[in-house]
Amino acid sequence: MTKGVHDIGGDPAGPIERAEHARTLFDQRVDAMLRLLAHPQKGYFTVDAMRRSIESLDPRDYHGLAYYERWVRAVRQLAIERGLVGAAALEQRMAAIAAAREGRS
Amino acid sequence: MSDHQHDHAHAHAHDHGDHAHPPHGEDAHAPVDDLDSYDPESLLMEQALRELLIEQGVFTAEDIQRQIDLTESRTPALGAQVVARAWVDPAFRAALLADARPALESAFGLDLANTPELTVLENTADLHHVVCCTLCSCYPRNILGIPPAWYKSREYRSRVVIEPRAVLREFGTELPAGREITVVDSTADMRYLVIPLRPAGTEGWDEERLAALVTRDSMVGVAQALAP
Amino acid sequence: MSALPALVSGMPVVVRTGEPLTHCRTPHYLRGKRGVVVRPLGRYPDPEALAYHKPGLPPRVLYQVEFEAAEVWGERLCEPSYRITADLFEHWLEPDAAGHRRSPA
Repeated sequence: MTKGVHDIGGDPAGPIERAEHARTLFDQRVDAMLRLLAHPQKGYFTVDAMRRSIESLDPRDYHGLAYYERWVRAVRQLAIERGLVGAAALEQRMAAIAAAREGRS
Repeated sequence: MSDHQHDHAHAHAHDHGDHAHPPHGEDAHAPVDDLDSYDPESLLMEQALRELLIEQGVFTAEDIQRQIDLTESRTPALGAQVVARAWVDPAFRAALLADARPALESAFGLDLANTPELTVLENTADLHHVVCCTLCSCYPRNILGIPPAWYKSREYRSRVVIEPRAVLREFGTELPAGREITVVDSTADMRYLVIPLRPAGTEGWDEERLAALVTRDSMVGVAQALAP
Repeated sequence: MSALPALVSGMPVVVRTGEPLTHCRTPHYLRGKRGVVVRPLGRYPDPEALAYHKPGLPPRVLYQVEFEAAEVWGERLCEPSYRITADLFEHWLEPDAAGHRRSPA
């Protein structure tokens, strides 16, 4: 039987890591972007679309990335799907930001 | 523990909440704690997405900041007030259990329009509820704030539905023999908040004193309220 | 459109065993399991459509359904029995002709 990467109720797993982490500004901004885009009054996409996008990550990313790192990838995919940003424009902007950071360090 | 966490996260948000974030360029005030563990690609993606969506007029930098402030304003301290009120006020408790959102809106002046449906479950001497989301991270965010990392973890999500007593024991929670357990998997549009059992020895206490006994974890059901 | 949910509290149900290739909110560990309805939770757009930017209308009835751990896990169960509830959409449930009505916890 096939089972999604996210559908883990009853799977074997180890002890629960209970360390508390302060949210970073990155976490807060990704969270805020999703809330704004998925707001029922705005309707760019739904929380269910967000879940579907997260669930389609490959298992290594799903289990290997931090929570909001998964989210930013899902928001990216949905923003492209909904025509809010272009994939190429996003690539270019990421490269430009990386180059600017490189230049400063 | 939960209060400390909440204070820290709250203060942290407000360190950065007093100025508008420039839509362009690296934010010199961005906190660097924990970011080292992130894939640099994630950080670039966040900034590029945010900049482009602001430029496209999808939202503004101010919208982002307002949303962050709203999210950070909801903390387990609010849930603790709700529980303490339910412990002392039978009419409020009955309204809360019957239909949680209107009861909370009128008693606490909250605006819960456009937030998910909420059901409040009461722990008793016979029955203990523990809440989870095996499929993702559904959580009563509008009352408790952002869920802790463990709630979203693979380990908690996998195990709590198949060995709840072992999971509770990891949280230091031993239930009396004979107390039944219901594990509540929030799989769809309903969110769940637990009213923990009021601790013995708190007769006559006022709401503020009671609220100090109500931890975040007790409102998820992995713990009981603190003993007085 | 039906005026009342078809299922009521205490009614025995069995979860369908489909293997959709798409997003859905019925966890794998409950597929094919027998439970009882706790209560209807209202009508909501179908998440399986919302996930793909479709309206998911007409809305579907969502039910809180309660399961005995022994029914869900069988021989894997390693603790004294307890109950699990999950919120499942009407199109994932069918009446369980062999089941008995009982009051949920």
